[in-house]
Amino acid sequence: MKKLLVLLMVCVLGASCVACGSNNEAAAPEANTQTEAVVATEAPADEKSEGVMSYEEYMAADLDTEVVVETYVQAKQSWWEDKATVYTQDQDGAYFLYNMACSEEDYEKLTPGTKIKVTGYKSEWSGEVEIIDATFEIEDGNYVAPATDLTGKLSDDTLINYQNQFFSVSGLTVEASTQQDGTEAAFLYNWDGSGADGDDLYFNVSDGTYTYAFTVESYLCPAGSEVYEAVKALNVGDTIDVEGFLYWYEGVNPHITSVTVK
Amino acid sequence: MMRLRLKRNYRVHSPKRAFGGKRAGWVCLTALLVCLLCNLTACHGSKGLPEFEIPESFDTTKEYEITFWAKNDTNKSQTMIYEKAISDFEELYPNITVNLRLYTDYGKIYNDVITNIATNTTPNVCITYPDHIATYRTGVNQVVALDELMTDEAFGLGGSEVRFDAPTKDEIIPQFLSECQIDGHYYAIPFMRSTEACYINKTYVEKLGYTVPDVLNWDFIWEVSEAALAQDEQGNYLVNGQNVLIPFIYKSTDNMMIQMLKQKDAGYSTQDGEIEIFNDTTEELLYTIAEHGKSGAFSTFKISSYPANFLNAGQCIFAVDSTAGSTWMGSDAPLSDISEDKIVQFETEVRMVPQFDTANPRMISQGPSICVFNKADSGEVLASWLFAQFLLTNDVQTAYAKTEGYVPVTSKAQQSPEYQDYLSRAGEDNKEHYQVKMSATNLLLTHSEDTFVTPVFVGSASLRDAAGQMIENTVKAVRRNQTVDDAFMEKLESDVISLYRLDQLSETTSVTVGKKDLGPLPKTAKILLGTLAVVWIGILAYVLLQMVKSREKQDKHLIYKK
Repeated sequence: MKKLLVLLMVCVLGASCVACGSNNEAAAPEANTQTEAVVATEAPADEKSEGVMSYEEYMAADLDTEVVVETYVQAKQSWWEDKATVYTQDQDGAYFLYNMACSEEDYEKLTPGTKIKVTGYKSEWSGEVEIIDATFEIEDGNYVAPATDLTGKLSDDTLINYQNQFFSVSGLTVEASTQQDGTEAAFLYNWDGSGADGDDLYFNVSDGTYTYAFTVESYLCPAGSEVYEAVKALNVGDTIDVEGFLYWYEGVNPHITSVTVK
Repeated sequence: MMRLRLKRNYRVHSPKRAFGGKRAGWVCLTALLVCLLCNLTACHGSKGLPEFEIPESFDTTKEYEITFWAKNDTNKSQTMIYEKAISDFEELYPNITVNLRLYTDYGKIYNDVITNIATNTTPNVCITYPDHIATYRTGVNQVVALDELMTDEAFGLGGSEVRFDAPTKDEIIPQFLSECQIDGHYYAIPFMRSTEACYINKTYVEKLGYTVPDVLNWDFIWEVSEAALAQDEQGNYLVNGQNVLIPFIYKSTDNMMIQMLKQKDAGYSTQDGEIEIFNDTTEELLYTIAEHGKSGAFSTFKISSYPANFLNAGQCIFAVDSTAGSTWMGSDAPLSDISEDKIVQFETEVRMVPQFDTANPRMISQGPSICVFNKADSGEVLASWLFAQFLLTNDVQTAYAKTEGYVPVTSKAQQSPEYQDYLSRAGEDNKEHYQVKMSATNLLLTHSEDTFVTPVFVGSASLRDAAGQMIENTVKAVRRNQTVDDAFMEKLESDVISLYRLDQLSETTSVTVGKKDLGPLPKTAKILLGTLAVVWIGILAYVLLQMVKSREKQDKHLIYKK
């Protein structure tokens, strides 16, 4: 009887401890998603299902109209409250899916190359043309887009035609950014240096003629990811090759996913 | 030299604001757990943390390390002010180390705090909103009630043992302090205050044949916005000669709805958390908004982008945003997200948000407050309180207020020679004394009696989101050529109730406020209480049994002795 009582007390105390006890380690933020090293796959036959728009038709559609596209996941940015933000592309162009309805379970199924049929509304936010308020279904098929080489084209007027696509540029030179205290650095946390480790990284690069500001989007590539750490290790004057997605915010604002120092 | 445009929190409404990622599920679960724990502890009387009691003295030989979670408006000057405040404070209190963790939005702080309540790893000091504190308080004794600390003779505001020139309680602007009161106790102290302002392209208003009035009314805003939509044969707008124009853009649609309802004296919520927002006035307002959303005269930040970007490009006439965003507004704004070649020169006017009754203006009071989290070591809490108090000193208050259109929260700082000098130099330059920022600051200084706050209760943050969502959904609907009618309104109400779980709020509220029926016990509580009862019955039975046995043994022994 005594043992039984003690056992019961222990169980209850255990339950209480679990309820009230503390863990001295702060809950560490978990990396949301990270681009994986993926190999481009051969483009599948460009056959759209019935009622699905071609990329050309999508681009011609008015803003705020319903669009239906078939596209392939290239990278995932984030998931929150059953909404996912995803970079997608087919053989003809790219589609940025912002806050698409998506369960956490389905989010796990969205790997690079996964084919999805998306129904949503075409929208524009600060120059970024995207699909919002969308739903999707996974279909058979797989395609990972190769990086479009935009070396020498960053200042072209036609750059907008590549919006949201996976791209690469070679032979850029890292230029100095100015920190809060006026000193120079190879990168900044946040656009003005007001952030800390874990925030977006901003760094300047030059193609010999113009200077550009590139971003490591911290949801797409969080602290600890290869590209995040690579940018933190950059030095002014380094020559680099980059890959990323051609995101737009009041002009082109690439989300860089890979940096290679030459 | 071409330069790619910089990103400024490119999506405040994105998962970045709502902290995103897979962690979200965990946070929801934790928030639920925090509420459940509250239910449990309320039932059986145990406490997560002991109630804080002010220690008689502060041990200056003991090392304290405290964490401060702060928010900056993606403004590097604010970061530097926090860092300097910490450095100055540590000089005064060498045994206290303050670790700063910076956030760029309140939502992420809120979610991280909730996550850490369950593990007792909350920060020591945190920049926050009263709406959020209501939820933090569901953790037992997590947030320190500051009533006694504020008035403590030794360590209270301006207390005898405080090593810096702190303001007294009376020197905190009473209205701002009262906003930090929840259920009759102060759970925070105000840090900075702001309101919303309407930033106007006066040049375009006059070009359209109108004059900017001293106090804007809604009819004027809608009329001018509609008039601005006239286009030429090529589709360019006559007023700006461009093919893009959104005459009226509102940054925070939750504030828009809240202020409109307040101005109309219509229901939003009661102090106890009863939801009143679904009423005829709300519907009437939404129909009006729909009309102007459909014509293209009105849009929102979530739908289009930052009002400042459009305003500065000459693509917006009325931009409503926080006074704390004033350094982004106008042709000569010191901060801008758009490239120089896109900026159009125009004269900027700053006015109160539009009103229904211009003789009795009402506008929201907002801005960060500071709360102190409880810890097992009361000395650590006292160290935290001292640091929180340090943030109210004149140097910190005036320096931070200068970074944006904020107003210091103490009369001591507001009346200080340094701040008065700052105000007197409005327009001297386009940086610290940028005219638009100074006008925005003066707006709040001269109209603080016209400000209001919404009731705070568990779930008040969700109701606020719902208020804005109704406007967003309505504007999106008309842009997509959907019909906005009674059926739409009915569905809209049902959708936002479901999305923000408003139907579950009253039950949660009653738990915290303690004024309503607590309802049935949760199943987990019933199981735990049942088990406890069984154990105690067992213990009592065992003790009684032992007593009986002992008595029998004693009797036998006595008989034997006899």
